[in-house]
Amino acid sequence: MRYSGFRVLKEALTGHKGWRPAWRDAAPRPAYDIVIIGGGGHGLATAHYLAREFGQSRIAVLEKGWIGGGNVGRNTTIIRSNYLLDGNEPFYEFSLKLWEGLEQVLNYNAMVSQRGILNLIHSDGQRDAFTRRGNAMILNGADADMLSLAEIKKRYPFLNTADARFPIKGGLAQHRGGTVRHDAVAWGYARSADSRGVDIIQNCKVTGFRIENGVCKGVETTRGYIAATKVGCAVAGHSSRLMSLANMRLPIESHVLQAFVSEGLKPVLPGVITFGAGHFYCSQSDKGGLVFGGDIDGYNSYAQRGNLPVVEDVCEGAMAIFPMLGRARLLRMWGGIMDMSMDGSPIIDRTHIDGLYFNGGWCYGGFKATPASGFAFAHLLATDSPHPTASAYRFDRFRKGRMIDEKGMGNQPNLH
Amino acid sequence: MIIDHPLLGPRDSSEFTYMGDAALIDRPDPEAEDAAQAFYEYAYLRDNPAGWHRELWFHEAGDRSWLVVTRNTLTHEISKVELARDVARSRGRSR
Repeated sequence: MRYSGFRVLKEALTGHKGWRPAWRDAAPRPAYDIVIIGGGGHGLATAHYLAREFGQSRIAVLEKGWIGGGNVGRNTTIIRSNYLLDGNEPFYEFSLKLWEGLEQVLNYNAMVSQRGILNLIHSDGQRDAFTRRGNAMILNGADADMLSLAEIKKRYPFLNTADARFPIKGGLAQHRGGTVRHDAVAWGYARSADSRGVDIIQNCKVTGFRIENGVCKGVETTRGYIAATKVGCAVAGHSSRLMSLANMRLPIESHVLQAFVSEGLKPVLPGVITFGAGHFYCSQSDKGGLVFGGDIDGYNSYAQRGNLPVVEDVCEGAMAIFPMLGRARLLRMWGGIMDMSMDGSPIIDRTHIDGLYFNGGWCYGGFKATPASGFAFAHLLATDSPHPTASAYRFDRFRKGRMIDEKGMGNQPNLH
Repeated sequence: MIIDHPLLGPRDSSEFTYMGDAALIDRPDPEAEDAAQAFYEYAYLRDNPAGWHRELWFHEAGDRSWLVVTRNTLTHEISKVELARDVARSRGRSR
């Protein structure tokens, strides 16, 4: 069923009796060509692009809970492509271009809103670094715009630009950045993949891999054995737990990142603002809530909730530049589990086991990468070669010293 | 989280800096045949378990001692706190 304005009118006049579930509740078949583990944004996007772009059929997505119930439903919905390094920027720009056409491709309203993102500058050194980053973005076909203090004051009159410790001196803006309705991304990809014959199998937890002579033959699940020619893993947050079933150790630690939403307010914040020096970023959802967050808690965790010191740190950052936030009441706060990799960049690669492929290590930046991650992982699964924009995201980069370390922190996952 | 420091008593975890898996105490032998592989695994690969995890915490805003904390990554419960010095010595280090 195609969604359209005409369809809405027709259903309105006929008592809304024609709407159907957006995807089937499929039961597992004994064998597939490609099994994707993880029914989150990346897994569902992978299935969509495998079917749509690479002509694959006999595909299943296995999800241990319900689709979209993990990190794609727990993030702060920001999309952007403001990276510096050659290994990253072409990939994230590819992702942003896919976001721009996503709703037409999926025939689904994902509320992609290019309201812009602004990184604040507080010192001459930071201005030099952001100028360099903006130039790297432009060289890779993205947009970047250095804003003066006067321009920032005009756009965001409520900002405290005269904080004693971090006075605002300017900012790097990417006007094509913005926000997306995160649940709709999972649902839109699921609906599109399902309409192309992909089986989306929920409540189906993978409990083991069947590996014979270095070849992955299929997966053991709570709903029985499923044979597969190729198995792709896309369960970021829990990658180490899943891959340990194949006796793999990953260059990843799992950390908790907290996020917050205020009560609904009238429109006050046009765009996304990041105050990196103060560990705070904020946007306003279409429902009116201010959506904000800061740093990860900094210790290994699978608990999906954080602790108070980081809550305090985030709120201090908020009050420093955004004093009006102090009048808003907090509606919700929650935590999500991040695959923090050893260089802060992701992995999309084959494993040393034939037929077993891995997608993970997204740190706290996986949401914006969803379309390109799905496309690149589909490319890898279908052709056995990395997508050109994801060719640096290999396992062996750590062994070979080719880290993609945007922040220059070294192998300390909680600092990325 | 409150970390019960063996010398100082209960301290807030925000006084500490987290340094990851306590297996990092056991640095590989640089003279060994497989030293390159061992150092690659030491530097980059982690067990990252869901459940009990022995990990290094540095009391940076306190007495600057290194601790080995046994903590559950699913619940944040702490069951044991040792001085990293004692753990290393019990394994025959610093003799």
